[in-house]
Amino acid sequence: MKNAPGTSGLILEEPLLWEKGKKGRNGMSVPQSDVPSAPLPEELTGEAVNFPDLSEVDVVRHYTRLSQWNYGVDTGMYPLGSCTMKYNPKINEKQAASPAIGMAHPLLDEQHCQGTLQLIHDLERYLAAITGMDAVSTQPAAGAHGELAGMLIMSAYHDFKKSKRNKIIIPDTAHGTNPASAALCGLKPVGVKSGKRGILEVEDVARLMDDETAGIMMTNPNTLGLFEENIKEIAALVHEKGGLVYADGANMNAIMGIVDLKRCGVDILHLNLHKTFSTPHGGGGPGAGPVCVVEELEKFLPAPRVVHDGGRYRLDTDQPHSIGRIHGFFGNFGVLVRAYSYIMSMGAENLKKASQYAVLNACYLKVCIKGSLHLAYNRPCMHEVVFSDKLQQEYKVSTLDIAKRLMDCGYHPPTVYFPLVVSGAIMIEPTESECLEDLDCFVEVIKNIATEARENPELLKNSPQRFKVKRLDETRAARNPRLRG
Amino acid sequence: MRYLPHTAEDIAHMMERIGVANFEEVFPTVPKDCRHLGDMDIPGPFTEWDLDSHMETLRSKMIVGPDHTVLLGAGSYHHNIPAIIPSLMGRSEFLTAYTPYQPEMAQGTLQGVFEYQSLTARLLGVDVANASMYDGASALAEALLMALRLKKKKKRVAISRAIHPHYRQVVEAYFRPTDFEIVELGYLEDGRTDLSTLESDTELAAVALQSPNFFGVIEDMEQISAAIHAIDALFIACFTEPLAFGLLKNPGSQGADIVCGEGQSFGIQRSFGGPSLGMFGCKDSFVRSMPGRLVGETVDLDGKRGFVLTLSTREQNIRREKATSNICSNQGLNTITAAMYMEALGGTGITKLARLNYDKAQYLKNQLVEAGARVPFAAPTFNEFVVEFPFDFEPVQQKLAEKKIIAGINLKKFDGALKDKYLFCVTETAAKEILDTVVREVKK
Repeated sequence: MKNAPGTSGLILEEPLLWEKGKKGRNGMSVPQSDVPSAPLPEELTGEAVNFPDLSEVDVVRHYTRLSQWNYGVDTGMYPLGSCTMKYNPKINEKQAASPAIGMAHPLLDEQHCQGTLQLIHDLERYLAAITGMDAVSTQPAAGAHGELAGMLIMSAYHDFKKSKRNKIIIPDTAHGTNPASAALCGLKPVGVKSGKRGILEVEDVARLMDDETAGIMMTNPNTLGLFEENIKEIAALVHEKGGLVYADGANMNAIMGIVDLKRCGVDILHLNLHKTFSTPHGGGGPGAGPVCVVEELEKFLPAPRVVHDGGRYRLDTDQPHSIGRIHGFFGNFGVLVRAYSYIMSMGAENLKKASQYAVLNACYLKVCIKGSLHLAYNRPCMHEVVFSDKLQQEYKVSTLDIAKRLMDCGYHPPTVYFPLVVSGAIMIEPTESECLEDLDCFVEVIKNIATEARENPELLKNSPQRFKVKRLDETRAARNPRLRG
Repeated sequence: MRYLPHTAEDIAHMMERIGVANFEEVFPTVPKDCRHLGDMDIPGPFTEWDLDSHMETLRSKMIVGPDHTVLLGAGSYHHNIPAIIPSLMGRSEFLTAYTPYQPEMAQGTLQGVFEYQSLTARLLGVDVANASMYDGASALAEALLMALRLKKKKKRVAISRAIHPHYRQVVEAYFRPTDFEIVELGYLEDGRTDLSTLESDTELAAVALQSPNFFGVIEDMEQISAAIHAIDALFIACFTEPLAFGLLKNPGSQGADIVCGEGQSFGIQRSFGGPSLGMFGCKDSFVRSMPGRLVGETVDLDGKRGFVLTLSTREQNIRREKATSNICSNQGLNTITAAMYMEALGGTGITKLARLNYDKAQYLKNQLVEAGARVPFAAPTFNEFVVEFPFDFEPVQQKLAEKKIIAGINLKKFDGALKDKYLFCVTETAAKEILDTVVREVKK
């Protein structure tokens, strides 16, 4: 495996913040006071805050060393299924950080902040054009927050129709956030199994859909990387019973410019700007999860809305049917700036290409890796493909071992043990950012690991070896939680 | 397009390997009637340089720019951000990593978040803090839901009307489809929450207050805590300005059971209201009911210290509809930013900076009173306060705007009953001469 990028470099140790420093140092200048000191009632005054004092150099080295223990998209291929770890363009960071935008206070008078209002307004329009939906709110701060907004909209819609519904259909391939978001809205998830082909079958949904069911939550393409081919028929039967169709847009990167979700029969959709629209994941956020709806549901979108009239952008708070406000201000605005910047850089044509290449890359990996790893569903895949450790079981090598060995070879592992419907799942999403040579190199590494599993399984079980720490004891962390120092 | 590495030759090679002839055949499972019909009506593609000029036109529409002094707070604060923060947080190893599901290759994020949890717990006076919520408002909504889980039989919560109006709206939205009831507590003449209706209400699962509250007023948390615990309810202490606890008693030390609020003040740009982070902490005994991610310390196979995501059986990826929250992505990068800021300040610096904020705000408040303004809420304040003027302040506000000073916010924007009461915020970033200019214009 001469081509694998994994290597063992110098790893520097670094203690916890409070294990260094000395009282009296400081890492940040505090301005001299130019006003008289005012008395403060003693009963309000707290004790000194127990933070260590560090110099600026201490802080800089600390975080630089920490950063070197991390792996990001800029480091290398990150084929984490359903997470769309595509390249995060630098120019987007520059736009979000520009002082005029970065320093804008959210409660400025409308006349003082036409630029930021316009950006929200136009981004909502572009996201509508990309998805085929009619109206968008960019207020939700993450994917699950968008799901919550969507479920609140569904629940407001049924209230408006005076129809009492307390269940919702959710496939077994769904992300855990789906049932959790529905439960927050008092909806009881009713599971539906995906059929033999890995997708939902119309009859299975028909059996469950009734007039006590608020609707269905589908992810399309689903988490097996398969397009829900029956979505239109399913939507029709859900609508016939008075329900709504919610689509989880986590996998939108497969279908930009290819699929029109409104034509599919979708009523509500959320997007993950930190997946499809290239904004960085930041080690777990901040993301943004705009919620998109058809015209009939527009009045339920979160308030306030940004509207354009008389040549000016303004905030419309007069939204009597709205689900209300779900974020203190306008959601993760800085993330919106990055997504806007990405969309403008790409244009319609390149967004469509991005989806085509993302799917092409996944199809290529499917063909090349099949045989080394067991392919869960031998069907046309979209932007991701699910394998498993079935072929390695006879050597007592598990998905986890394969994942850890991949790390030593210089790759972030794919999503593992998800979706739950595939035992020992290995879910690979290369994204459009990877070039042919890098895909080929990854394939070589996987093939080699499959050989190692057969010939030297201990090597996999003892991986990783090239990081600051070896495998960590997660059971101990949970049994005896130590959550602060 | 520079983000797309595929050459025509690559595409041909890959298609051949897959066994398809064109892109149409790459999508065989997408039915015709689901297809996107035409061009997406969006501008672009823009080169890097065209994008820059386009963004410049948007920026030019921001009349109030970085050359202004903005004396507004109300949940979003202007503090100095040292250069080390954008420099270190721009490091792509932090920025472009995913949630640390593979701990061995994410120890940077994990240790950083563990340190954030620790510093936050110390600052707020709680046993444990989580790895963040979306913002202060959603953190409050989640805190109330958590309290209802802890007090299973009770269905009602009380929230102070001196909590940020937007936060209360968010709570309402989260609660709308549930059968829980929200009652509001009014405020007294001095701007503090009125607790007089509390003692008769034993059905309350929790009572939420903000301190410093929306009017900048510091609540008497010790007394509040006693009153709330007397009716066997949980005390939720909320905040929008965590810097206050560099100087004031923190909520945990005053008996708060759950503490939640906004962390934007700690090294994060205002960025038109987000992304920031929701800080969230509680007592140890409640940790298994807590929403959100937690990082814990453990050891590796060699016994070496390391960090992992832990107690995830509370979370949606394991517990699904029975999870303590639906939250998945939180505000990861901002937690590390906040920790870095707290750390750069240090214990000595945070007290000094908080004191400076207090002194500056007191200075403006006193000067405005001397100039004829009235302070409707007499209780002590931190870096925000409410004033009203014996004359129409709007023309003065406009005049000051021409001098690039945004002076206060008319609270009628939030509540008609608060018309012509102005909320001012003064941080370390406002020089005395700016404050004097405001006073001079008021005197005219």
